[in-house]
Amino acid sequence: MLKLPIYLDNNATTPMDPRVLEAMTPYFLQHFGNAASRNHPFGWEAEEAVDYAREQVAKLIGADPKEIIFTSGATEADNLGIKGIFEMYASKGNHIITATTEHKAVLDTCKHIEKQGGEVTYLQVKPDGLIDLAELEAAIKPTTILIAIMYANNEIGTVMPIKEISAIARKHGVLVFTDATQAVGKIPVDVNKDGIDLMSFTAHKMYGPKGVGALYVRRKNPRVKVTAQMDGGGHERGMRSGTLNVPGIVGFGKACELCMLDMEADTLHIIKLRDKLETELLKLEEAYVNGSREHRLPHVANISFKHVEGEGLLMGFNKNIALSSGSACTSASLEPSYVLKALGLGDDLAHSSLRFGLSRFTTEEEIDYTIKAISDTVLKLREMSPLWEMYKEGIDLDSIEWAAH
Amino acid sequence: MAYSEKVIDHYQNPKNVGTLDKASKSVGTGLVGAPECGDVMRLQIEVNHETGMITDAKFKTFGCGSAIASSSLATEWLKGKSVDEALKIDNMSIVEELNLPPVKIHCSVLAEDAIKAAINDYREKNGMEKIKFEESVIH
Repeated sequence: MLKLPIYLDNNATTPMDPRVLEAMTPYFLQHFGNAASRNHPFGWEAEEAVDYAREQVAKLIGADPKEIIFTSGATEADNLGIKGIFEMYASKGNHIITATTEHKAVLDTCKHIEKQGGEVTYLQVKPDGLIDLAELEAAIKPTTILIAIMYANNEIGTVMPIKEISAIARKHGVLVFTDATQAVGKIPVDVNKDGIDLMSFTAHKMYGPKGVGALYVRRKNPRVKVTAQMDGGGHERGMRSGTLNVPGIVGFGKACELCMLDMEADTLHIIKLRDKLETELLKLEEAYVNGSREHRLPHVANISFKHVEGEGLLMGFNKNIALSSGSACTSASLEPSYVLKALGLGDDLAHSSLRFGLSRFTTEEEIDYTIKAISDTVLKLREMSPLWEMYKEGIDLDSIEWAAH
Repeated sequence: MAYSEKVIDHYQNPKNVGTLDKASKSVGTGLVGAPECGDVMRLQIEVNHETGMITDAKFKTFGCGSAIASSSLATEWLKGKSVDEALKIDNMSIVEELNLPPVKIHCSVLAEDAIKAAINDYREKNGMEKIKFEESVIH
């Protein structure tokens, strides 16, 4: 039986896997100890649980457990990674290279650094959402200390060429930070094969709990250090103070273990459904996929339906299907998605986009329902869209002098 | 953001969607907004020359639910009014009727602008001077 509403906003957050909750439960009431309490069994149990989770997390990304710094989530890990490097390597330089399509947690951190006297280069992306490697290399200067490029984009799912990026960085002795929030647990990520020095990721995008994430910090070749951004008890090898969120960390570990075990099966299942959704929706006239289709996360599809507005479109079914739109109207700013605009999409196409994020729990029945609901709404709204009528009459919409707001 | 019942009703059952013959002298067409801003409204009125009454009104809107509802409501209000009465429709009465939140007030402004633009188009076609309106503040 189809259960409504359907959740297809898994880039925002995923539901927790019941197996994760099961692993966490004893750490709320029974084993509630502080992992930093060294002198009694409550502390020992908690520490042991954290150590085990640290191994599970490290294993998923091919790291050593000592290289995992637990945080409150990816935003904190982004801040710690980027600001921490900027401060720690101040004597070496002050220049950071990033891209315009990064998450706000990275972009705003970079802006903060600019105010602190740092210099930041924001690389443009190509229409497929990927950066140009030659441009990246050309942007490196003697003062460059860090390249911060995301593993995969949260809005369009585009997967960046991290291996190639890190090869360039190595050549110039620059560190690589990557926000891998959307990628870890979904596609194989290996910090050694990928040449990553620092990496942020979070549990709640991979069927784990909210409020726990991690920063991977390389310990060998080269040994990387970050300046702590919070003062306190010196937890996490002095890089992140604060009592560890033991149940959250246990859940994070379990989520990582499950992603590792299930990744192949999950991917097969998700790709099949995503491709069905995409193929069917692209049968509508003037529907376009945003971002690279080749270099893309298996669970993401970002599609623009020309001449209908995204929020108006969502309203047709948002009681029954949870989705997100790149339209301005869903935000207070009235600006459409900066990521879609960075691809060179006109504001009109950016306003017309929907982002689909599938999960291991998505069913074919849900996808069939979604295809029908969206197709029906697009057709209905086009019937009442003046732009669609003009398009059908062969009027070039760019030739019209719009009264700009 | 939750929509008011009235917005949802207009969105689900929009009144007067369609197109009038824009070449006809008795039809005035107002096209306002811009695709880049995420709203375009086209509002048309058909006027009886002798009585000065609006006999029909149609709209098509590209935009969010509030924009669709604002234009749908505007066409309902226009029908049966004289052109002079139609000029008195202001955006705040649309806001009140639809319970639009502050972030959606621009939708009602757009509807008011569309009414004025349609009336001016009708006047121009029939040898009358265009009425000069004050610039909308919200745009």
